[in-house]
Formats: sequence, C-alpha cells, structure tokens
Amino acid sequence: MAARGPAGSRVGNSRFAQFKLVLLGESAVGKSSIVLRFVKDQFDSYRESTIGAAFLTQTISLDENTTVKFEIWDTAGQERYKSLAPMYYRNANCAVVVYDITQASSLDKAKQWVKELQRQANENIIIALAGNKLDLVTEQPDKRAIQTADAEAYAREAGLLFFETSAKTAENVRELFTSIAKKLPLDQAGPRNPRSGGRGGVELRPDTPGTQAGGPCSC
Amino acid sequence: MDDIAPEYDVIVLGTGLTECVLSGVLSVKGKKVLHIDRNDHYGGEAASVNIETLFKKYGNYTKGEEPWKKYGRVNDWNIDLVPKLLMSCGELTNILVSTDVTRYLEFKQVAGSYVQQGSGAKATVAKVPSDAGEALRSSLMGIFEKRRMKSFIEWVGTFDTTDSASHKGLNINTCTMKDVYDKFGLEAGTRDFIGHAMALYQTDSYISEKGTAPETIERIRLYGNSVSRYGKSPYIYPLYGLGELPQGFARLSAIYGGTYMLNTNIDEVLYEGTKAVGIKATMQDRGGEEPMKFTTKCKKILADPSYFPGKAQVTGQLLKAICILNHPLAGTDNSDSCQLIIPQSQVGRKNDIYIAVVSSAHNVCPKGYYIAIVSTIAETSANHHLELAPGFERLGRIEEKFMGPSIPLYEPLESGVNDNIFISKSYDATSHFETTTDDVKDIYRRAEGHDLVVEGLREGTNLVGEE
Repeated sequence: MAARGPAGSRVGNSRFAQFKLVLLGESAVGKSSIVLRFVKDQFDSYRESTIGAAFLTQTISLDENTTVKFEIWDTAGQERYKSLAPMYYRNANCAVVVYDITQASSLDKAKQWVKELQRQANENIIIALAGNKLDLVTEQPDKRAIQTADAEAYAREAGLLFFETSAKTAENVRELFTSIAKKLPLDQAGPRNPRSGGRGGVELRPDTPGTQAGGPCSC
Repeated sequence: MDDIAPEYDVIVLGTGLTECVLSGVLSVKGKKVLHIDRNDHYGGEAASVNIETLFKKYGNYTKGEEPWKKYGRVNDWNIDLVPKLLMSCGELTNILVSTDVTRYLEFKQVAGSYVQQGSGAKATVAKVPSDAGEALRSSLMGIFEKRRMKSFIEWVGTFDTTDSASHKGLNINTCTMKDVYDKFGLEAGTRDFIGHAMALYQTDSYISEKGTAPETIERIRLYGNSVSRYGKSPYIYPLYGLGELPQGFARLSAIYGGTYMLNTNIDEVLYEGTKAVGIKATMQDRGGEEPMKFTTKCKKILADPSYFPGKAQVTGQLLKAICILNHPLAGTDNSDSCQLIIPQSQVGRKNDIYIAVVSSAHNVCPKGYYIAIVSTIAETSANHHLELAPGFERLGRIEEKFMGPSIPLYEPLESGVNDNIFISKSYDATSHFETTTDDVKDIYRRAEGHDLVVEGLREGTNLVGEE
C-alpha cells in the first residue's frame, strides 16, 4: 500500500521521509505540467486535462544524508466544478497552490483554495504559492496580469512559500519543491498519524495468500 | 467555467458506493462519464458524517444548544450512516484491489465477531468460531456438539459441488439445509450460529428451502476464508469510515476522465419515445456565483432510487439506531471493534438484530469513544425502539442515541432496458457489501449487455507513475 506521509526512517546517519503533497488551483493554470516537469522533466503544450495517474512520486536529496519523497496527488479534474473529496486533503503534509500570472482572476481563485486548505487540511500543512507560465511573460512582458510584488505580499501575509515558475522552461520548478522539502518537519517524520501504516492496518494485495480454513480461498 | 460536453456515454446520478464503483469501472473501460450528486458531499446514503452534521440530521437536541461541542473536534468524527463492514475475502475487496483504489485507503481489521445466545438476563455473548480449532475451544457448544461441529466445518472445507462423493450421500442440489444439519446431528443452537453468524442469513427461511445447501456452504466458506485472511474476524474496515469508499472510486473515475459535479439538481430528464437521452440540470455555486444551468445528452443514465422515486418500489423497512458509547461492548474482550449478531430465534423475532461497533482505532471518533449501530428489519409498524431493545441491552450505558423513522429499502421496478435508466437498490440490512457488489454487477450487465469482469482491470493501466 502506498505509504501515508509522513512516513520516515533513519538508517545510520541518513534520513528518509515521505510526504503527501496536493496540488490546487483553477483549471488550466498548469498544475499537472508543473508536476510533470518535476517528476519526469517533460513538458507538453497540448496536454489534455489530467488523466490516468493516481499520484506521482519523486524523491529529492536535500543533502547527502537526507532524502525526501513526495507522493504528489493531482486533482484529476475534480476541482473544475468544486467537487474535490475530503479524501484529497486528508493527511496532506504540503500543498502547491498554482495560479497563472497572465490571468488576473486566477490569483483570486488561488486565495480561495488557500482558504479551503486551511479549512479542510491539517493545521500545520506547508503551503506554497506558485505563479506559473513565467515563460509567457519573459517573451511578452505585457502579458503579465499579476505583479510579482502583489502576489509576494499576499504570500508573506498568509505565511506561504512563493515562487514564480515555468513548467515549460523548468524555471524555479525544482526550487519550489526543494524549498517545501526544507520546510517539512523531517525530524517528526515517522508514524505521526495512524495512516502511515504499521499500526495494525491490513494490506490488501492481489497476491495476499489466502490460508485455508474451509476450503480453497476464492479471493 | 468550462463547458459541459454536449454528450456523454453515461450520466450517473448519486455518489453512493454502488454508483461510484460503476462510474469508476466505466471510466476505466473508456466510457465518457458525467457523475452528478444533488448533495454538496460524496456518498449519499453511504456517506460518513461528523457529529455536528449527525445531530442536525436527526434534530435530537434543543434549539440553541450545541451538544456536539462536548464531543471534541467535530471533524474527528466520521460516523457511518450505513452499518456495514467489508468481508476481507469478499467481492468489494476484490474490486478494490483490482482497480488499485486500495492506494487511497487504509484498512484495519475488525477485532471480533460475536453472537448472542439466550435473551434477557440469561443472554451470553460468545465469539463465533471460524475454524475447527476455534470450534473446539468455543463456549457455544458442549463437548460432544463440538466434535460434531468440527466434523461439519471440515466437511464444508472439502465439499465440492461437482463431486458427489463429497456430498455425504445427500442429493445436494435438492435437499434442504435441515437435511444437512440432520446428517451431522447438529443441535438447534449450533444451527443458529452457523446459519446466522457464519452464513449470515438474517432469517431462518434458508433452512427449509430446497436447494439452498450449496449457497449456504459457499457463505460459510466466505466467512471462514475471510477470517483466515487476516485472523480475528472476517471483516475489515477503512480508516476514516465507509464514506471513504465512494470517494476512492470517484477519484478512480475522475482519473480516467470522469467529470464530477456536486451540488447539482436534475431539473428534467429528456426522453425520446420511452428512452432517456439526456438531462437538464443546475449546478448551485457555494461561492455565491450564479447557478449554472446546462443541458447534455447521454446514451444511458445510472441512478440511485432517490432520483427516480416513481421507478422504484419499497421492499422493506430498515430500523437503525446510531449510538455513541464511551466503553467497548461487554463480553467482547474489550474489542475496539466488532460485529455482534443476535439471531432472531434467541429473542423471539423473525429477523436478526445486528450491532456493528467501530472506534477511535479506525479514526472515526476521538479516543475513548465507540460508535455502535444497532439495526434490523422492521417487523411492526410501531414501536421500533422496542424492536431494537435486545440490541440496546448489549450496549450498556449510551451517551447519545440517534434514531429516526424506519428507512424504506428500494429496488427498481424495471431492468432499465426499456427506458435506458438503470436504477440501483438501497443498501440492505446485511452486515457487509456482498449484495452491493451483486447489484453493481447486475446493473453493469443490464446497462452494458455483458458481464463485468473485474479481474484484469488494472492490467495495462499505470496508476502510479514512479520516478
């Protein structure tokens, strides 16, 4: 079963911790693209809406002894009509709220998602605000609809990490995830909540052997 | 806001477990699905709610008071509205594994399965033996009866419908279960717990009906196999409550392209001749924006019965009381969770009384609390409290009791072939989801014209992209 973050272990001097990260933001701001860049170092301009992955994982090394693994949950389009399930937020350790710096309304939507996170998620969730599509502005500065300083001021006030990113050129994408990793409570990593497994949970696997009590197990 | 597509293969109404499993499976198979719920949350009748919502749903408090405040943080409560558990070797478990929905959920064992013998002051509670070894240690039987039970259980294990040598000289397809019990010389009390606590029949009609022996044996095996999969009891339960199940399957559907709209009312179903071909609907906006009206076409509609009351009939009435306790059930070895069955014969009823208990061990309530749901099929139209009384006796001191009027159980009048509207059944009184998955498969067959093969659904899919 997928580890529920934060699950951690320590062998000798090295630390390994796993965290659940959720993505939020309006449709078409580039949530999936940021993850695709971070996880597979790919970009596809004509990508259809999110399809096909329960979650993606990626590890980063903070230093030679510390490895952080992100279990990254995409909205699967359920944000489009405000139909995200509570399950999505459950036990999320960190979140990336994305807006599009060329769309003025997308920052307002991002602010609503931050509020929703504060309502639904763990109290001490780490939230990063990412203003995506920086490449469009680099090419044509007049396309910018949201000033860096405005978004930064909001982020500071709300206690969020802040980056302007480009999933297309990869600018600041790795930095975004690395700064989240640095803020996560690595020392608390471990079975902080029962969802991290190992507390009497059962693993459901197709190959779980059915031992016999009353004949051949049909499961 | 994006436009709704002009046409979908399937529109699903209601986000109960049945609908969400179907939506998920159909999306995985490449169908274009629009999934709608009139509520602002997933799960419908299969949702789990917090304690404030529960108080407000039942309205059993004085206006102006906020009784939920004495129970800690409201969101630490995930109280099921449907009293069910998963058989660990059951079909829902199989579907969960086959679709990888297990990736979103964590399960825990239910600590024990118990049965009551006798009634009133003489009632005793004992663990249901699940294998020959436990049968020999059980307090449910005397020493000679234990040997007979052991040989019965061993026979169930080796029984093969196609091998008449294993049929003990009975004509297994036409005999009754009474004939089988007689063959082993089992006493009435033993028959009671085999039939009700292991085969999980809720009435005694299976005993005298001809031809039910193979099914009964299959049920006992499912019970035994489920116990032996993880030990202790045949049941498992998802952390944070049963409401996680529909959410997990809804996410599966969304990942495969399913579109989700909560808070959306169906204004009209569009027909061509007798066949449904589309809907008119309105999505309410919680953020204060204008409601969004839309029309879309579809090849078929799947729905829970509440969306088509005129196309469903009532088949029975379920009685249910949700009780908050601050102690485990007496006689259950301080189990953090259990099922306790009170067979109908023990308390002079026709239908069994079930008690399902879960607790903070399953992240459904704060530490120190237990949630017990007592349920049965109504046998009278009055005094439902009295019908559940033998169940309440087992609970001891009750902090809060939530009990509404009896709950009608619906099933569709027609198969759906004539009008393209395929309706599910209500969650019945059984303690597990086997009938729910039967319904899923039945609806799938009616709607798609072929059997749902769950095995292999995960083949060729890549649900987790590893780096």
